[in-house]
Amino acid sequence: MDPIFYTLQDFMTHTESVTYLLVIATLIGMTLFWWFLTGKDED
Amino acid sequence: MAQVTTAERKSIFSLFNLIALIVLGVGVYITYLRFTGGLAAVTNLSDYNPWGIWISFDLLCGVALAAGGYVTSSAVYLFGMKKYHSAVRPAILTGFLGYALVVLALQYDVGRPWRLPYPLFVQQGTTSVLFEVGLCVATYLTVLFVEFSPAAMEWLGLKRARNLVVKLTILLTIFGVVLSTMHQSSLGALFLIVPSKLHPLWYSSYIPIYFFVTSIIAGLSMVIFESTLSHRFFAFKMDETHLKEANGVTLGFGKAASYVLAGYFAIKVLGISSGNQWHYLKTGYGTWYLVELLGFVALPSLLYAIGVRVKSPTLIKWTSVLAVMGVILNRFNVCLIAFNWQLPASERYFPHWMEIGISVFIVMIGLVLYRFIVTRMPILYEHPDYKDAH
Repeated sequence: MDPIFYTLQDFMTHTESVTYLLVIATLIGMTLFWWFLTGKDED
Repeated sequence: MAQVTTAERKSIFSLFNLIALIVLGVGVYITYLRFTGGLAAVTNLSDYNPWGIWISFDLLCGVALAAGGYVTSSAVYLFGMKKYHSAVRPAILTGFLGYALVVLALQYDVGRPWRLPYPLFVQQGTTSVLFEVGLCVATYLTVLFVEFSPAAMEWLGLKRARNLVVKLTILLTIFGVVLSTMHQSSLGALFLIVPSKLHPLWYSSYIPIYFFVTSIIAGLSMVIFESTLSHRFFAFKMDETHLKEANGVTLGFGKAASYVLAGYFAIKVLGISSGNQWHYLKTGYGTWYLVELLGFVALPSLLYAIGVRVKSPTLIKWTSVLAVMGVILNRFNVCLIAFNWQLPASERYFPHWMEIGISVFIVMIGLVLYRFIVTRMPILYEHPDYKDAH
């Protein structure tokens, strides 16, 4: 069920919160993906 | 002597030449119709749909797929990755032909080719994003021509001129990166003016960044794809260095493409989140968006990564086809499929066969020119007089 927003403040708080969590997940994910990508490199 | 003549005759009447002749003949006929009868004679364009595949494919895809030039030359000359040096000349040639054909294709859409210099020299629309795109493309096409010219000069024996141009390599590469960054992103910025026409899943204030990042993906993937085709059809022209470095180029570019694709996937998801567009994913357009994002971004990223880990050039080469198709699909989605998405089906655009004919005609001109150049000039091998002169 999609949340209902009554004020712009509510909307921004919700979307920014989700986005910031995704940014953290992206930073961790990209680091892990780099390890996966270069894991079998020589030297 | 008779044998040579027979061989020559065989090569002239090859299957490729026959197909090229038919496509070019039909293309010349449609060109005649276009420039004598106007857009209505050969296109399904209308006031609702003022642009079609000549913009979405010939221009937007053409510019993105020609990005291999700046990607490869900056990797080699700016980041010092000399092990990819053999990929520079084919990439520059592909870029140069790509941009030249984009300008040619634009004439079909805009018309009145003699007015091509007007936006630059007669009436500058300095507040328009399109003006910046035009200026950058014109300048970058000149840069690509100069970057490509040493190969032609080596072929023509113009030693002094060639040595002079080679000294400008770093400067030209920097120009190439700056100009490409500007116009690749500006092509996306053109769509900032249509928030009500472009579907919210594709419309984003970050669209210039999306266009720029996808151009890097397209450039890397096109170098792999083009190298695969060159090895298939022009292996006899390649020297030992080129053949030896080929797998390294494929693995290195595959690794880069995998990581850039992963980054692109992440910023697309962040784009949906920052606009809180999640609910659109449940619609038909949402399903189509997921096909693009998962099938043509996440999947190639993963396949490239697996190919790099297991050191499989074959898997990377096939993945490059998927990634190139993904970039083409993205440009079609932004420019046509998700554009004017609120119009009733009866008003939607579908290209006339002659529009497709002109696009095929222009691709064929590119193929013929590419073949003409690589079979004559030192693109896939080093000229004996300039060995190790880089």
